[in-house]
Amino acid sequence: METHSGNHYYVPHGSLYPSVISAGLLMLASGFIFSVATDTNKDLAYLQTPGEWMMYIGTAIILVMTFKWLGAVVTESITGQYKKWEDKSFRIGMIVFICSEVAFFAAFFGALFYMRIISVPDLAAFDPLFTPYKDFLGTWPSIGPGGMVLGTEYVPPADFKPMHWSGLPLVNTILLLTSGATITWAHWGLIKNNRKQLIIGMALTVALGTAFLICQAAEYHEAYTEMGLTLGSGAYGATFFMLTGFHGFHVTLGTIMLIVILLRCMKGHFTPEHHFGFEGVAWYWHFVDVVWLGLFIFVYML
Amino acid sequence: MLMQGLKKIGLGLLLAMVTMVAYADYSWNFPEPVTPMALDTLHVHNKFMLIAIAIFFAVLAIMVYSIFAHRKSKGFKSVADKAPSTAMEIFWTLVPFAILLLIDFVIMGIPAYHSVIMMEDTRNKSEMVIKVTGSQWRWQYEYMDGDAQGIKFVSNLSTNDKQMHNEEEKGENYLLEVDNPLVLPVGVKVRILMTATDVLHNWWVPQFGSSRLAVPGFIRETWVQVDKPGVYRGQCKELCGKGHGYMPVVVNAVSKEEYQAWVAAKKEESAKANAGADKEWTKEDLVAEGKKVYEKNCAVCHQVSGAGLPPAFPALTGSKITTTPTFGADGKYLPDSHMDRVLNGVRMMPAWKAVLSDTEIAAVITYERNALGNNVGDVVQPSQVKAARQ
Amino acid sequence: MSTTTVAHHDEHADHPTGIMRWLTTTNHKDIGTMYLTFALIMFLVGGSMILAIRAELFQPGLQLMNPDFFNQLIGVHALVMIFAALMPAATGFANWMIPLQIGAPDMALPRLNNWGFWLLPPAAILLTLPFTLALFGIGDGALATGWTFYPPLSVQGGIGVDFAIFSVHLLGISSVLGSINVIVTIFNMRAPGMTLMKMPMFVWGWLITAFLLIATIPVLAGAVTMLLTDRHFGTHFFDAAGGGDPILFQHLFWFFGHPEVYILLLPVWGFIPQILQTFSRKPMYGYKAQVYSFWGIGALSVIVWAHHFFTAGLPVPALLYFMYSTMAISLPLAVLFFCWIKTMWKGSMSFETPMLFTVGWVILFGIGGLTGLVLADVAADAQYHNSYFIVAHFHYTLFAGGIMGIMAGVYYWLPKMTGHMYNEKLGKTHFWLTAISFNLTFIPQFFLGLAGMPRRIPDYALQFAEFNMISTVSAFVLGLSQLLFVYIVITCVRGGKKASDQVWEGAQGLEWTLPSPPPYHSFTEQPVIK
Ligand code: HEA
Ligand code: HEA
Ligand code: HEC
Ligand code: CUA
Ligand SMILES: [Cu+2]
Repeated sequence: METHSGNHYYVPHGSLYPSVISAGLLMLASGFIFSVATDTNKDLAYLQTPGEWMMYIGTAIILVMTFKWLGAVVTESITGQYKKWEDKSFRIGMIVFICSEVAFFAAFFGALFYMRIISVPDLAAFDPLFTPYKDFLGTWPSIGPGGMVLGTEYVPPADFKPMHWSGLPLVNTILLLTSGATITWAHWGLIKNNRKQLIIGMALTVALGTAFLICQAAEYHEAYTEMGLTLGSGAYGATFFMLTGFHGFHVTLGTIMLIVILLRCMKGHFTPEHHFGFEGVAWYWHFVDVVWLGLFIFVYML
Repeated sequence: MLMQGLKKIGLGLLLAMVTMVAYADYSWNFPEPVTPMALDTLHVHNKFMLIAIAIFFAVLAIMVYSIFAHRKSKGFKSVADKAPSTAMEIFWTLVPFAILLLIDFVIMGIPAYHSVIMMEDTRNKSEMVIKVTGSQWRWQYEYMDGDAQGIKFVSNLSTNDKQMHNEEEKGENYLLEVDNPLVLPVGVKVRILMTATDVLHNWWVPQFGSSRLAVPGFIRETWVQVDKPGVYRGQCKELCGKGHGYMPVVVNAVSKEEYQAWVAAKKEESAKANAGADKEWTKEDLVAEGKKVYEKNCAVCHQVSGAGLPPAFPALTGSKITTTPTFGADGKYLPDSHMDRVLNGVRMMPAWKAVLSDTEIAAVITYERNALGNNVGDVVQPSQVKAARQ
Repeated sequence: MSTTTVAHHDEHADHPTGIMRWLTTTNHKDIGTMYLTFALIMFLVGGSMILAIRAELFQPGLQLMNPDFFNQLIGVHALVMIFAALMPAATGFANWMIPLQIGAPDMALPRLNNWGFWLLPPAAILLTLPFTLALFGIGDGALATGWTFYPPLSVQGGIGVDFAIFSVHLLGISSVLGSINVIVTIFNMRAPGMTLMKMPMFVWGWLITAFLLIATIPVLAGAVTMLLTDRHFGTHFFDAAGGGDPILFQHLFWFFGHPEVYILLLPVWGFIPQILQTFSRKPMYGYKAQVYSFWGIGALSVIVWAHHFFTAGLPVPALLYFMYSTMAISLPLAVLFFCWIKTMWKGSMSFETPMLFTVGWVILFGIGGLTGLVLADVAADAQYHNSYFIVAHFHYTLFAGGIMGIMAGVYYWLPKMTGHMYNEKLGKTHFWLTAISFNLTFIPQFFLGLAGMPRRIPDYALQFAEFNMISTVSAFVLGLSQLLFVYIVITCVRGGKKASDQVWEGAQGLEWTLPSPPPYHSFTEQPVIK
């Protein structure tokens, strides 16, 4: 291809990180399963403590290995192994990865729409002669008609309140949108080789991301303690916490990556021509931003 | 048996090809249809199959010809496709396209449309309504309107354990027989409401051509109109746990007169049972009655001996719940007591309050406490169950 | 303008050896070999499980196992075969062949590539560990819900379900990584002059597969995550009491599940025409039409999912929509069939093992596909659904269409990969044994299904006895024939007649310009395509 004539493509050394991370994941997953095994079989209580330990060890392995792996990538990057050709691979790869994340969120949004449009109204729309749920209205937000399935009775909490959009969620929207602007501003700084603008922009973005997370924690706290809104609050609670929680998890990851990039900016790792690491994280951050807008509209406002 | 089977297969292939349309021999095709829906299904199936088989043999014939004619070992030199003009290429791709469009959306599509409309039309002209409830692993039937309103019973597999474990000769209707079949009048369109109490089940009688998922918490519908008296057998068709292979559907389609007689008899029976609920029972009667209830309903999981199948299904023999008191000092049943477990269930243990009558629950509890190797000595009366339900 | 593409570590040849080589490798051929080996082993594991099932079904009555264990075996059989045998086999070929076919030095992201593979063994362990744990009295075995995980049964199940959920998560990460790698490699690593419309069909097949994986695997991951929270964190996604719906899970599962069947077959549809043109000694017919059909199949596959639960009580418009859209898939497939047959037509055909497998494949997959077309009819599906008719349909597509297709590929490329010819006579024997016993295993199942035998039952009524008996006997023959395959592959890897570079007289494409076996680093000079 015209862009890389005369280059050679960098194939990294063999590396143990991937296989060790996989072993860590195995530990983490089986540890988790053991630690919650009592939920389905009360005879398995003795697995809980070993399970928790396995989770700690697994997590430690994953963290250490990720750190080293990324460290190796950074070293390769600053020692100039990655030229335009490799850079393009990373870009395409990142775009495809973000597409897969879109599909992941789509599953949860799909669940939300399905419940709002199909299952909740359906539950209220049986032939009045035969409905098991006489007083159930089937309007959204809904925490379900209640009932007994698989031997556990679910009684919808009486004092349920949905989360209103105009409080913390609105603040959060503003925070995230602003952070999208600051990271772009930082990027301009990087391209102009204005280090001060770059670092201030990044620091602001990190601060805004952190502020978002703090607000979200406050929101959850309020939901659990004052509004009777929990994961277990029927359709509304499940979709609300799943969507916002999964998004919050992405913001957390994004903020950590932003911090790493901020540090790398301070060390002067990036040049105006060569800064895929920066851009990759910026793309990710914008993606998280856009997902939030979707959440804000479909979970909070409508 | 094997040789016989092989012969049957060869013959079957032939038959299937030749007589698909005539559907003369039902063992190679859907079983004999007895409802309008099944008949329709069979027609649709035959037609579609015939087309599919025709396409298959057409394609196969071309291939086989080519394989024999155009082989290197016969010295055939490959003839390069004269880079077909784009117009030709488009033409040649559009031909099969057009054929398939015709098949999919006209020859098949239109009858399929009518069949779907017919299948989903559960309400027009329907004369009675029954509710079918699937539970692990039995069907429960309830007549919702008309003379039979209020009739409600559970239908359990009646094949015994010995036959399943090859300790006894298998009966003719091995695994397809129940204690209480559903009884329906012939020639009447019956609207069927479907639901479940625990997991998904699917109520299916091949000869009716209808099958519908029973979803816990939801109500789904289908309909049948049996046109020919007889006993029809089917099975649960959605994996529902370890007993999935053991929840047959048996429907007894009878003439309208016989149906009326059955309804009357059933009503009388339940009136008697209700009377039984108010009387004071002796321990022996309860244990005898309880044994029947237990073996029908509970033995699948807890086994006939009461030993259970640990760890999933606990033993009742000597278990804490079956040997400690059920009622507190105030006469109310205790949480996590024997009565609580049987009425309300927990996790994999089904709730029985909607399935069994007061008498049956009283009897089975008494039985479990005084048999199966237990000897607690106390008795639970139907009246106590009635009170416990409040 | 040829460009040098020496990989970095050649300069100080420091390949580790032994186990470390395989644990750490970033070489696409090493990784491809690991995928293929893993797939073969898991094929035997999945096959052994189903042989136990077939043995139990030999006769009416319960002989060998209790029903719960039976249910565990069928679900794990399916997950192992699909996720641990067929998909890794296709990915193995992707690793081996995509760089060779497009003239690339390696896959674009080699370290991620290694990770993609090394996620598989933990995933396989998670899937099968519960069996072992149960032997030691821990828990009650693997997931017993079938491979479809339908709640509420899967909410009710024991730790086996959790293990399977996490296994699916790992498999999902692995597939996403593999797809990223394939997409990047195809977009960024093609040799100069290799335009998209010059790419071999196999590469096209994989490109569409990778797109489908990216679009659907995360949805499956999301669905099983919701299942996990329903099981352990009190949510009500799939529980009517909270406003959820078990059918929601079916929508999500099949939104993944239907494209999955094309994910499994698109790579095969890619190399089938390549094999056909090689042994017909004439260029494939309708390259462009095939490429557009791939796109058509890819696009249609994500909008037809609900045909897997027609009997669940969907509203009439939905039934009609899903019926007609499903039938529409036969259009691009008819184009493909047409092109395949036209490729053979008036070729100078010879029938070495790969060609035998391919021709057999076209016929058998035709049966699978045509029965699929019949299934799309809502009215008749009420009868077919969850009967053995379905089981027969999807073994014609999955075993004949998938596994036999992969085997055609193995025989086709094995000489290239190992540098040795396999034993032709044994190869042919393997084909005939497989084809005959396969048909004898699954044709009876069509009739069982029509006669009304439901799937997933450990015991059945007496009228089904004869067909089941034939099916079981044939399944054992089928299984044993696969041991012959293992033998052929092993002897071929270890030695045999030296293969020439081109291997097959009519073979065309970049991979045949390299020596057999290709050197550790395939193209030191990136080739230029005119
Ligand atoms: C690789 C696997 C694979 C493939 C390729 C297919 C292909 C198809 N399948 Fe299949 N299917 C499965 C694997 C596969 N399937 C599995 C695993 C299940 C069960 C899952 C479970 O429940 O566990 C299933 C179940 C299944 C169902 C659900 C049945 C039910 O549960 O009730 C349906 C319904 O529509 C269906 C339809 C189709 C259709 C229309 C195709 C089409 O793609 C077929 C297209 C092909 C053709 C139409 C034939 C080719 C054309 C010709 C021969 C040329 C004709 C030429 C001219 C006209 C000139 N499949
Ligand atoms: C790629 C997918 C794939 C493949 C290759 C197969 C291969 C086979 N399958 Fe599979 N099957 C499925 C996918 C597949 N299956 C799926 C998706 C289901 C649905 C599950 C569900 O209901 O949830 C299913 C279900 C299923 C059933 C229905 C079970 C039920 O509903 O009750 C049956 C029954 O006959 C069956 C049979 C077979 C047979 C005989 C083979 C044979 O082709 C296998 C041949 C290979 C071997 C037998 C291996 C050889 C090994 C040996 C001989 C032993 C080696 C020894 C050692 C390793 C020590 N399968
Ligand atoms: C679906 C299978 C199944 C059926 C049928 C079944 N049970 Fe159970 N039963 C269970 C399971 C599983 C448990 C354990 C529940 C738990 O604690 O998780 C149980 C627990 C019990 C217990 C409490 C035992 C203890 O010591 O914990 C009693 C009593 C009992 N069942 C009685 C009955 C009666 C009476 C019937 C029939 C009318 C019956 N069961 C039918 C599965 C079943
Ligand atoms: Cu009920 Cu299967
Ligand atoms: Cu499908």
